[in-house]
Amino acid sequence: MEKQNRKGWLYLLPALVFLGLFLVYPLVDVMIYSLEEGFNFASQTHRGVGLGNFSYVLRDPYFLQAVKNTFILVIITVPVSTGLALLISLGLSSIRKLRELYQTVYFLPYVTNTLAVGLVFMILFKKTPYSDGLANLVLSWFGAGPVDFIDGPYWAKMLVLCVYTVWIVMPFKILILTSALASVNPVYYSAARIDGTPKWRVFTRITLPMISPTVFYLVITGFIGAFKAYSDAVALFGVDLNAAGMNTIVGYVYDMLYGDSGGYPSYASAAAMILFAIVLTITCINLLVSRKHVHYS
Amino acid sequence: MDFERIERSARLRKRVGTGVLYALLTVWAVIVLFPFYWMLLTSVKSYGAYNSEWVPKLYTTAPTLENYGTAFTAVPLGGYFVNTILFTLGTTALMLVVTVLAAFAFSRLRFRGRDLVFTGFLALMMIPGELVVITNFVTITNWDLRNTFLGLILPSVTSVFYIYLLRENFAQVPDELYYAAKVDGTSDLKYLFKVMIPICRPTIITVTILKVIECWNSYVWPRLITDDQAYFLVSNGIQEIRENGFGRENIPAMMAAVVVISAPLIVLFLVFRRKIMAGVARGGTKG
Repeated sequence: MEKQNRKGWLYLLPALVFLGLFLVYPLVDVMIYSLEEGFNFASQTHRGVGLGNFSYVLRDPYFLQAVKNTFILVIITVPVSTGLALLISLGLSSIRKLRELYQTVYFLPYVTNTLAVGLVFMILFKKTPYSDGLANLVLSWFGAGPVDFIDGPYWAKMLVLCVYTVWIVMPFKILILTSALASVNPVYYSAARIDGTPKWRVFTRITLPMISPTVFYLVITGFIGAFKAYSDAVALFGVDLNAAGMNTIVGYVYDMLYGDSGGYPSYASAAAMILFAIVLTITCINLLVSRKHVHYS
Repeated sequence: MDFERIERSARLRKRVGTGVLYALLTVWAVIVLFPFYWMLLTSVKSYGAYNSEWVPKLYTTAPTLENYGTAFTAVPLGGYFVNTILFTLGTTALMLVVTVLAAFAFSRLRFRGRDLVFTGFLALMMIPGELVVITNFVTITNWDLRNTFLGLILPSVTSVFYIYLLRENFAQVPDELYYAAKVDGTSDLKYLFKVMIPICRPTIITVTILKVIECWNSYVWPRLITDDQAYFLVSNGIQEIRENGFGRENIPAMMAAVVVISAPLIVLFLVFRRKIMAGVARGGTKG
């Protein structure tokens, strides 16, 4: 038995070393960092312990801008992408011909490099001295004036960020919802057909309750994912997100850590802890709401 | 009111409905595919032709491949590529070793504290990566591993989720096989390699592909840990090209670089389509 014990731990050792060094230790460390005031990177010393980093971060206009941007992004993209994915999956599951082709096409954005394709979106929306760009061409068909979506007004930039985010997150949602729809027991649908139930009623009384756990899962992961948005914004607006006024909370953390405005791991840690608290709170609220509305069979 | 007319109109209505449905699905397919089309199209337009189009054209009559030449000569795109391949191979290989051993320990070996540790692992799945990046950055900097492959790879290796996924699969292999092997005097390691891994190959392939995708797209960690171009991965390379490359104006060359960077993953996806989609459906999330 003693030999068995040692062998088990031996097999587990690599995983324990990696996780300990790069996941568990950092987790503890980031909490300590966030409480150490006036930390100096070069001498590895700090002035005192307290909530000073948090109060600095919460008063930093860049952080407040980042929080605002992130919340707007979350509130717009999560409902839009989930709703749209639900519609598309319903459409997909009611056709037979070409279904696999559509599924494959819809999944493509998942396997692309966020930075690379973001560059394409930037070019589609960008207005340059040589051309107004394709998005503005489409706008002009409807008689709307050219707008600079990349360096222009705030709402235009936010719109592009939302569009790109939705485009990026759709494949995952469509995939998950289609497989959820496929796993609904067809007996329910046959029973409804015999009763002559109208389509809308079938949807609200059978389909929606049956897939509600999946929808709820997507909403939660969607919230978490959108709160961590960063590389999409970098792809569209460049590395200096503060200057563009489009920074996100995660972006703020990294900017504090590294780059031209970096070198403040304490502030970065405090911001990361705040982000974690926000995500945790939202997830708990989601869980409470779901108790009432989600049907678990 | 004759029966036949009602039936015919019902059939017509159904056919129109199906038509509308296909049209709407096609609209979304076009929205998904258009950016890909646009990057391909722009990458084969010549620099002069692209910049003279005040109204962007949806096609080109004189495609050229010169942008691809520029993409590889004006910026070290080939170097970024090699770096990314090395990073992906190193990370994925290490991840596989760590994951397989841990999953085997959790699913087959019996030792004190196993279930407790496994619960701990599950709890770790909830930790967002953003939270630990800060300390990892400091750790790697203190170890003097910035701008090295080791610094890039080490913190990217572990994925608790893959250990969990593989453990679930290993646990499905019937115990009888293990006892039979034990009676024959097979060692645990040999059993793992000769029985478990071959049986669970589909899951191992899925995990590998998901990790490759993750590595190919990783941006945040490489950006923090490298500022020497010689160690840039493709994501950082793209960002570098966006900020400084090609004089910022040579959009066709930029798009050629984007095509080159996107192509390997798309090919991988088309080959392993079912496996990737099944793997992601089982619980992968982006990044």
